[in-house]
Amino acid sequence: MKVLVGVKRVIDYNVKVRVRPDHSDVDLTNTKMAMNPFCEIAVEEALRLKERGVASEIVAVSIGPKAAQEQLRTALALGADRAIHIESEERLDSLEVAQVLARLVAEEQPGLVILGKQAIDSDNNQTGQMLAALTGMGQGTFASRLEVTDEEVQVTREVDGGLRTLALRLPAVITTDLRLNEPRHARLPDIMKAKKKPIDSRGIDTVGLAASGYLRLERVETPAARQGGSKVASVDELVDKLKHEAKVL
Amino acid sequence: MSTLIVVEHRDGALTASTTHVVAAARALGTEVDLLVAGEGIDAVAAAAARLDGVRAVLTADHAVYAHQLAEPMAALIVACVDDYSHLLAAASSSGKDILPRVAALKGVPQISDIIAIEAPDTFKRPIYAGSAIATLSNHAPLKVMSVRTSAFDAVAETGSAEIRALGIVVDNTLSTFVGDELATSHGPELGSARVIVSGGRGLGSGENFKLLDGVAAKLGAAIGASRAAVDAGYAANDLQVGQTGKVVAPDLYIAVGISGAIQHLAGMKDSKVIVAINQDEEAPIFGVADYGLVGDLFEVIPALESRL
Ligand SMILES: Cc1cc2nc3c(=O)[nH]c(=O)nc-3n(C[C@H](O)[C@H](O)[C@H](O)COP(=O)(O)OP(=O)(O)OC[C@H]3O[C@@H](n4cnc5c(N)ncnc54)[C@H](O)[C@@H]3O)c2cc1C
Ligand SMILES: Cc1cc2nc3c(=O)[nH]c(=O)nc-3n(C[C@H](O)[C@H](O)[C@H](O)COP(=O)(O)OP(=O)(O)OC[C@H]3O[C@@H](n4cnc5c(N)ncnc54)[C@H](O)[C@@H]3O)c2cc1C
Repeated sequence: MKVLVGVKRVIDYNVKVRVRPDHSDVDLTNTKMAMNPFCEIAVEEALRLKERGVASEIVAVSIGPKAAQEQLRTALALGADRAIHIESEERLDSLEVAQVLARLVAEEQPGLVILGKQAIDSDNNQTGQMLAALTGMGQGTFASRLEVTDEEVQVTREVDGGLRTLALRLPAVITTDLRLNEPRHARLPDIMKAKKKPIDSRGIDTVGLAASGYLRLERVETPAARQGGSKVASVDELVDKLKHEAKVL
Repeated sequence: MSTLIVVEHRDGALTASTTHVVAAARALGTEVDLLVAGEGIDAVAAAAARLDGVRAVLTADHAVYAHQLAEPMAALIVACVDDYSHLLAAASSSGKDILPRVAALKGVPQISDIIAIEAPDTFKRPIYAGSAIATLSNHAPLKVMSVRTSAFDAVAETGSAEIRALGIVVDNTLSTFVGDELATSHGPELGSARVIVSGGRGLGSGENFKLLDGVAAKLGAAIGASRAAVDAGYAANDLQVGQTGKVVAPDLYIAVGISGAIQHLAGMKDSKVIVAINQDEEAPIFGVADYGLVGDLFEVIPALESRL
């Protein structure tokens, strides 16, 4: 079975983002970028499926600027077999990304698509659900465990209140949650070898995407900073302040 | 203009999240209808009809909706949303699952996690773990949005809306329900608790994590956790507070043995009062705390419990 995994290039999770002085957007110039952590989990899960003999081929896909090929190289170094890069300098919304991915699904006919549950830049948490809708597949969102058989995949999902298990007919779309697995790191020899693996790079104009223009980013601001930093010296003082100053007890 | 809200319910009861989503819908200034789908939902529909400002409660009562799986739910919503300008749900695990599927089927984008309504087509939402707030305008014919419930006060329950059965049944060949493993918690729900006591890696073990139960019981608090505490197995997955877990804004949030990584702060920094208990006086959590106590939690927590 072929597995398609989404790989999004995002700001490194350790970096604090700055808002541009003109409030038009955040400023990502010279910012350290990385693979979205949930996509690392998606790649790792695909690797494990391959190691178990369930997956036969892993195709990593990224839609984004030329530099997104760095993250695809990482996926290849980790063990993806090949990569597809749809180059776009424009920022696409999740629906547009899902529309592009749906094209690639039609082309590649994967048995399983694994995406992250959310990208840590936009925090949208939409793309996998939208892709499932557009391709008529079932969806297993926020997955913390997968079990794939010939016809179906059993997905245990992290939901409010606990865990829920579903069975989905294949092909299906899965989105990863944090506890699905612990991603491995790429080893140096594999990083070298990955340089020879193929990346099929094409322009976004080749996928026939009709941008809707429905969403417009009007303004980006820094939120009001919280005034913290006060200390208390003892448990007694804490309880006293909570009772008489904050009045929350 | 009118808004349709997807109602969330569990164990035959309305979850608190819906009352906050209704408040957001009322801020839009549109008529508000609620959709209750499930199996055996009379009590939920009756409770939904009592929410203030609701025009009608539409029901779809059938086994195919029993666990509110995304595939049949989305098909149902698509079948009844045509007359509406806005579609809302809570940004809960259920709302996040269902809503984008509907948006894609309708060919419109979604705005996730709105925290403010500037105009019926203009909304604010946090991005980059809350490091920035984006204002977006949405020009789609159907505006699909999930609502951060902690950003909107609940509406009162003095209404009496009309309840109308839709009689729509869809089929679902894509997904089947296998089972739930739901935690039996004694305290209030994390999402709606007035007080939360949250523990981090500093607790050191699952056994130690139970230390928080005593304080929580005295305060009538819900228990929360950092990602590190959940990853280490000290606390259940759905107790994770943060950018990629639950976002909460209680009256009082007590962070115990939590360093205050930005991903954690994203989930709790809008709490009214924040208390931090940490032995490292440089820990970033103190930067957002109204009351910071530098000390060993294994001494502080028992002392706190005895003073409450
Ligand atoms: C500051 C800021 C402003 C924005 N403004 C706008 C705006 O004005 N208009 C607008 O339409 N959108 C805007 N966006 C949205 C942003 O461009 C999209 O959110 C994003 O490209 C696609 O969805 P997502 O990554 O948020 O999806 P999510 O649903 O959060 O991502 C889930 C998963 O989908 C997969 N995935 C998502 N994107 C890709 C990709 N490019 N390649 C491969 N896999 C992918 C990954 O596996 C990822 O883990 C803005 C985002 C930010 C951060
Ligand atoms: C993609 C992604 C998503 C994430 N999402 C989330 C999220 O949603 N929520 C979240 O919380 N994190 C999230 N994280 C993780 C986050 O970056 C931090 O790693 C995590 O919050 C740290 O948890 P902690 O504060 O419990 O642990 P640590 O950072 O290890 O802090 C433990 C603290 O305990 C203190 N301590 C130790 N012993 C004692 C003692 N005896 N008495 C008092 N204090 C003591 C220490 O001084 C320290 O400050 C995410 C990370 C990534 C990459």
